[in-house]
Amino acid sequence: MLLVAEQALNGLQYGMMLFLMAAGLTLVFGVMGLINLAHGSLYMVGAFACAWIAAATGWFWLGLLASLIAAAAAGALIEILVIRRLYSRDHLDQVLATFALILVFSEGTRWLFGSFPLYLSLPPALTGAVTLPGGLQYPLFRLVIILVGGAVAVGLWLMITRTRLGIRIRAGEADREMIAALGVDISRLYTIVFALGAALAGLAGALVGSIQSVQVGMGEPVLILAFVTVVIGGIGSIKGALIGALLVGMTDTLGKALLPGVLARFMDASSANTIGASLASMLIYILMAVVLILRPQGLFGARA
Amino acid sequence: MRQVFDREALINLAIFAALVVTAVVAHVAGQGFTVTLATKAAIFALAGVGLNLALGYGGMISFGHAAFFGIGGYVAGILASHAASGAPLVASFAGTTSMLAIWPVAMIASGIAALLIGALSLRTSGVYFIMVTLAFAQMIFYFAISWPRYGGEDGLSFYVRNTFPGLNTFAPIQYFAICATLLALALILTAIITQSRYGLALQAVRQNSQRSTAAGIRPYAIRLTAFVLSGMITGLAGALYADLNRFVSPSMLSWHMSGEIMVFVILGGVGRLCGPVAGAAIFILLEHLLGGVSEHWQALLGLMLLVIVLFAPGGLIGMLSGRKRHA
Repeated sequence: MLLVAEQALNGLQYGMMLFLMAAGLTLVFGVMGLINLAHGSLYMVGAFACAWIAAATGWFWLGLLASLIAAAAAGALIEILVIRRLYSRDHLDQVLATFALILVFSEGTRWLFGSFPLYLSLPPALTGAVTLPGGLQYPLFRLVIILVGGAVAVGLWLMITRTRLGIRIRAGEADREMIAALGVDISRLYTIVFALGAALAGLAGALVGSIQSVQVGMGEPVLILAFVTVVIGGIGSIKGALIGALLVGMTDTLGKALLPGVLARFMDASSANTIGASLASMLIYILMAVVLILRPQGLFGARA
Repeated sequence: MRQVFDREALINLAIFAALVVTAVVAHVAGQGFTVTLATKAAIFALAGVGLNLALGYGGMISFGHAAFFGIGGYVAGILASHAASGAPLVASFAGTTSMLAIWPVAMIASGIAALLIGALSLRTSGVYFIMVTLAFAQMIFYFAISWPRYGGEDGLSFYVRNTFPGLNTFAPIQYFAICATLLALALILTAIITQSRYGLALQAVRQNSQRSTAAGIRPYAIRLTAFVLSGMITGLAGALYADLNRFVSPSMLSWHMSGEIMVFVILGGVGRLCGPVAGAAIFILLEHLLGGVSEHWQALLGLMLLVIVLFAPGGLIGMLSGRKRHA
């Protein structure tokens, strides 16, 4: 039982991290109609900025701040130089141009930092385990990630429903010509939205980089999972991104932890392990296929 | 057929001829490595010809064609490895090393995968379609990694190139001839399809799905057929690629591969008959030349791609033929 509870928390943590990625993707798609493959590169930029600053200054918190700033700056830069020219193009051009950006970012990072993974050391305040009600020992830092994800979800919701920027974002989604005619500087709005999504991706990269490692190409598997999340949740919907991320995080983590054990009741242990591992790695895609069959526009998507 | 000898058709002929001449000259000069590079270009071009049918003519932006490329490759690898070890694959059938048997199996297997993936993915459109095809290809990629029977993450080597009656497939120029012939056949097939009633319907669906529905065309069936055909051609290319390297690994299924196949099509020109041939040839050439300049050649490639997308959206053939393709 404790094992299931621990894995459920791991799933929640994984889901929150995916939410940080998916929120930016879905926002950028909802407001600008752009599919951005380079989102995973911004995640990588955040992780490297955090690792570099934290190692240079010895302050993890400064590294975390650097990840937000570096990813937002990189996001704003590519928005102004490249992405801006793609809004009016078709999705094919967007895919190709952002694929090209991945090549540039990955090789550029490899050139700057080399191919070896970097490791982040957490400050003492964030290491160790806490004992949760029920007697479960759980790493403090993973709890922090869950809390950060929750805080970002609430913050985004407040921003979109309560602030002037949020009103503009929603208006931009509904009718860009109209709000441009009303005097809103639409291209600055787009840069802000893109940089915001980039900052969230950078934060996710820094947090995950702190528990795993920081290396070139780390953003790509996450990017694809974020796509699955966005497809399940519905493009353009922050609520969908949150629900989708939690579903994907839970399904993946619990599937990998529990499936071999469940299968072992029907077959011998070694083939249960093999089949369980293979099946578990496919589980989230099966989930996506089921959602597509039932609701092609995603759980909370407005348009197909 | 009135357009047979227009500028674009001449460019198409010239591109294909250039590929063949390169290989033959390199063979005469004793440059086996260059012949192999040309073979690789022909195989990548074939994969691109497959994608072009879905992407260029059918307007389906599939970001998952590595799935079919890899499945074709794994079919070749699995059949050949069973034939080498003698372990039975199905009942008492212990694989084969005959290309004539491997190709149809590779095409059928990738066709079935394309049918399943296409049937689900085509329920969506636009940006959903891109993400969903990418995700399904990733699913197969992770399956290949976590399934240890055929090498898992390490891939599967099969040491001996498969056989073709009457030819020595180990001689680079003879293997090039096989690949180039299949490429030519695929190009002819594409030309026939796009000029047929079916091809016109496919392009009508791309241009305006609602109007075609009003004209009595069922977009879903038309698109799905093209997607399956497209997957089969790309699967055949995968089988050839596995034979070229005598090795298959999950990297053939990776999303980088999907991206590269897409790059072949777009570099050359989307929806142009020989676009993928030009694109694949340029890609191989760049890989070879830039790879000599810097180990970080992919960054240079990325920058060049950016410039092409932003400033020459018609691709190479679009620039040369000087005529816009009907969007």
